Amino acid sequence: MADLNPKIPQGPLSQKWSHYKDHQNLVNPSNKRKLDIIVVGTGLAGASAAASLGELGFNVKIFCYQDSPRRAHSIAAQGGINAAKNYPNDGDTIYRLFYDTIKGGDYRSREANVYRLAEVSNAIIDQCVAQGVPFAREYNGTLENRSFGGAQVSRTFYARGQTGQQLLLGAYGSLSRQIKAGTVTLYNRHEMMDLVIIDGKARGIIARNLITGQLERYFGHAVVLATGGYGNVFYLSTNAMGSNVSACWQVFKKGAYFANPCFTQIHPTCIPVHGDYQSKLTLMSESLRNDGRIWVPKKKEDAQKVREGKLKARDIPEEDRDYYLERRYPAYGNLVPRDVASRAAKERCDAGYGVNETGLAVFLDFEESIKRLGKNVIEERYGNLFQMYEKIVDENPYENPMMIYPAVHYTMGGIWVDYELMSTIPGLFVAGEANYSDHGANRLGASALMQGLADGYFILPYTLQNYLASEIKVPRIPTDRPEFTEAENGVRNRLEKLMNIKGSLSVDHFHKELGKIMWENVGMGRNEQNLRKAIERIRSLREDFWKNLCITGSINDLNTELEKANRVADFLELGELIALDALQRNESCGGHFREEYQTKEGECLRNDQDYKYVAAWEFKGSGQFEVHKEPLQYEEIEVKQRVYK
Amino acid sequence: MDLTLKIWRQKDAKSKGKFVTYHVKDISPTCSFLEMLDILNEQLIQKNEEPVTFDHDCREGICGMCSLYINGRPHGPDDAITTCQLHMRKFKDGDTIVIEPWRARPFPVIKDLMVDRSAFDKIIQEGGYISVNTGAFTEANSILISKEDADLSMDAAACIGCGACVAACKNASAMLFVGAKISHLAMLPQGAPEAKRRVLKMVAKMDELGFGNCTNTYACEAECPKLIKRSNIARLNRQFLTAKVS
Ligand SMILES: Cc1cc2nc3c(=O)[nH]c(=O)nc-3n(C[C@H](O)[C@H](O)[C@H](O)COP(=O)(O)OP(=O)(O)OC[C@H]3O[C@@H](n4cnc5c(N)ncnc54)[C@H](O)[C@@H]3O)c2cc1C
Ligand code: FES
Repeated sequence: MADLNPKIPQGPLSQKWSHYKDHQNLVNPSNKRKLDIIVVGTGLAGASAAASLGELGFNVKIFCYQDSPRRAHSIAAQGGINAAKNYPNDGDTIYRLFYDTIKGGDYRSREANVYRLAEVSNAIIDQCVAQGVPFAREYNGTLENRSFGGAQVSRTFYARGQTGQQLLLGAYGSLSRQIKAGTVTLYNRHEMMDLVIIDGKARGIIARNLITGQLERYFGHAVVLATGGYGNVFYLSTNAMGSNVSACWQVFKKGAYFANPCFTQIHPTCIPVHGDYQSKLTLMSESLRNDGRIWVPKKKEDAQKVREGKLKARDIPEEDRDYYLERRYPAYGNLVPRDVASRAAKERCDAGYGVNETGLAVFLDFEESIKRLGKNVIEERYGNLFQMYEKIVDENPYENPMMIYPAVHYTMGGIWVDYELMSTIPGLFVAGEANYSDHGANRLGASALMQGLADGYFILPYTLQNYLASEIKVPRIPTDRPEFTEAENGVRNRLEKLMNIKGSLSVDHFHKELGKIMWENVGMGRNEQNLRKAIERIRSLREDFWKNLCITGSINDLNTELEKANRVADFLELGELIALDALQRNESCGGHFREEYQTKEGECLRNDQDYKYVAAWEFKGSGQFEVHKEPLQYEEIEVKQRVYK
Repeated sequence: MDLTLKIWRQKDAKSKGKFVTYHVKDISPTCSFLEMLDILNEQLIQKNEEPVTFDHDCREGICGMCSLYINGRPHGPDDAITTCQLHMRKFKDGDTIVIEPWRARPFPVIKDLMVDRSAFDKIIQEGGYISVNTGAFTEANSILISKEDADLSMDAAACIGCGACVAACKNASAMLFVGAKISHLAMLPQGAPEAKRRVLKMVAKMDELGFGNCTNTYACEAECPKLIKRSNIARLNRQFLTAKVS
C-alpha cells in the first residue's frame, strides 16, 4: 500500500504555508530550463499552472482535447469567485473563509489545505485584476461583491454572469504569452490516454492526436493532471459534453488513489429535464438566490393545477405560497448551501408539491426584487442568465418565475493528493476539480474557481519546485524506452478492442443507461438496497457494453464515437466505485445523503466517531478496489453539527 | 416535426466535400439543434454509417466551440445565440435545413462540419493579454476603474471566439474578434502601457494569417452570438492609426 501521509507542515495552522515556503527546496534558473513539465488540462487550474511555471523558466507542455485552451469547461462558470478581502467591511477574515469552507464541506476536508486556500484567496483577486479581468465595480471604481450560499458575508467577486469565462481568459492570456515566449508548447485536440511510469515515478504520457488518430509519446520530469470533474458519469449534468474521468482513471489504475468518489454535488438551481433526447443540463447560477425567492404552492391542488397548465404561478396569492427554504432555515433562507437546498427541493417535489409538467421543479421568483430594485437592476445583474433561460424554455423570467430543479454539477471527490498536491505516484500532481482536496463532502459556491486558481498560480509553482529540486540531474528520458512502448501498446490494444466489438448499440445508449442507474440510485438520496442494486446493474451494463457496442469509422482517423466510447468505458467502472464508496460510508454528510442516516427533521446525520476520514481507494485489478483511510484531524476548529437554521 | 437535412460531408482536410441529404422524423420543438443532430447520428450509427462530425462542448453558449452555417447564417436563424442554444421551435414541419461548416480561408475544414480555428489563438498569442507575471501585482482596489469603463470592457470581453464574425464576412475579416480584445484591454488602465505594441502586433498577425479587410458591411455584428458591437472595430482602427503615426 502507498503512503497516505498528507505531509502537513509543522507549526500553527496560520503559519504552515509560510513555514513550508521558508524551508522548501528551489530550482535555480539555469536548471529550470532543463526540466520538462507536462500539464494536462487548460482550465483554470491547468492554464494558471502552465503559465506560472513557464514564467519561472520551466519547459512546459500543455494538453487539451478541445480546439483551443480557452474552451475548457471553467469557461462556463457563472456566478463568482470567493476571497476574504473584506471590502464590504462586513466582518470577513481569512479564518472565516476557511471556517465556512470546512463547515460547508461538512467536516470532511483537510484543515491545513483549506486554510492555505483561504490564505491565498486575496492574491488571486489581485492577480486577476492585474491581468485585466473586468470584474463588476461600484460607481466609485472599487470592486463589487455579492453573496453566495453558506456564508453570511459578501465575499464573492464576479464579472456579470460570466466569471469563469473572464478568469479563464485571463489565465489563457498569460498562457498565450508563454506560448509566444516559447516556454510552453500547446497540444490542442490531444487527449491523454495513459501515464508512463519509469522507476516508480511519473515520467510522461501517451496522448492521442484527435485529428489523425495517432498515438504520441511525451516525456516530462513531472506530470500535472488538471482535467476537471467526473460529473458526466451521471450522463446528464452541467458539465461539458467532453468532460471525463479518463485521465484520472488511468492514473488510478496505475497506482494513484481515488479519494471520496461518492462526494458529488447536486446543484439546486438548474433548468429541469425536458425530454429523453436531452444531452445536457443548464445551470442557473447560485447568484440568482441573492435576489430570487424559492417556493412551491402550499396547497397540493394548486400544484396539481400548475402541472396541468390550468393555473399560473402569478395567480397564486402570497398566502398560498410556501417559501420552504425561508421557512425551514430562517438564518440563511434562500442562501443555504447547495446540498441543503437541493434536498429541500426534492423533498417538496416528492411530497407532491412540485410544478412543471413533470412535477419535478420548483419556482425561483424575482417578482419581489424586480418591484424593489427595478427591472433594469435585475437585468444588469443577471441579464445573460435570463436570456439563456428564455432561449431554452421559451418563457420570460421577468414576467413568470423560473422553474428549476437540482442537477449534477460538481465532484468533490477526485485523485487523492497530499499537502503538496502530489498523488501517491511520485511526480504526479493533481490540481483543480480533478483532485479531492479542499471541499470535503460539499463545495460552497464560488469556491471551485478559487481553488483552481489557487492550485495553479500559487501552490503548484512552489510544491513542484520542491519535488523537481531533486530531479535536476535526471536528463530528458528518450521516449523509445520500453516503458513508453508498453504504455502505448496498452492504449492501442484497448482502442482496438473497442473498435472490434462491432455490436449494434451506440455509445450514447450505454452512457444514458448508466446515467439513469446513477441518478436513481446514487443521486440525491442513497440507501443500502439501491446502492447494491446499482452495483449489480452497472456490472451487467458494463458487460453488455463490451459485447454490444458499435463504433463506426476507423481507429486512425478523427473519430468522435471512439473518443466517447473510451470515456464511457471508464465511467462504467467509476460508477461502480462511486456506489461502493457510498455504501461503505454509513453516515450522511454534505452531498452524500444516506436515507438510513437522518435526523427527525430530515437533516444529515453525520457519524464523526466512525467516518471522520478520507476514503482513499486503491485499484486492485479489474473490478477490485480496496479502501484505505486518511483520518482527519481538526486542531483549530471544533467539529460541530452543521446548522443553517 | 419531420425535416430534410442537407449536410456538408468531407472526409478530411484534403478530400473534396459534398452535400448529402438526410431525413429526421418526429423532432420535438423543445429539442436543441445539436440534439437534433445527435438523433441523426444515432440513426446513422444504426445503419453502420459514419456520424456527422461537428465541434461542440459546453452546449450552453459560452465555450465558443460549436459553429455551423445553418441556412446561410452562422449559428442559424435565431439572434444573439450560438448553435448549441438554438432550439427546433425556430423551424417548422417539412423544412429543409442546409448545414455547412464555417467557410473562410483561415479556418480550413478538418472533417465534415469541423474547422480549424487555431488562427484565433495565434492572434491572441501576439499580444491579446496584459504582460504580468504571477505574483507581480498590486492590491486590487488600488486600481480604480469607473463602472462605465468596466462595463464597456466587459461588453467587449464577452467574445467567445467562435469565429461567426469571420464566417459571416465576405472578406473573412477578423476585425470584430481583434477589435473586441483590443477594446477589452484598452478600456482598462492596466492595459494602457502595452496598447500600441498590442494593436500593431495583433493586426500584423491577422493579416499574415490571411484574414481579409473590413469593408464596413457589419455582417459580423449582425451575426455575433454575444452582440459584440461594431464600435470595437472603430476603436481598433483608431488605436491602430495612433500607434502607426507615433
Ligand atoms: C455550469 C457551471 C458553472 C459553475 N459556476 C461556478 C462558479 O460560479 N464559481 C465557482 O467557483 N465554480 C463554479 N463551477 C465549478 C468550476 O467551474 C469548476 O470546478 C472549475 O472551473 C474546474 O476547473 P479545472 O481547471 O479543474 O477543470 P476544467 O476547466 O474542466 O478543465 C479541464 C481541462 O482538462 C482537459 N482534459 C480533460 N480530460 C483530458 C484528457 N483526457 N486529455 C487531455 N485533456 C483533457 C480539458 O480539455 C480541459 O482543458 C461551475 C461549474 C459549472 C459546470
Ligand atoms: S458548445 Fe459551447 S458555445 Fe456552443
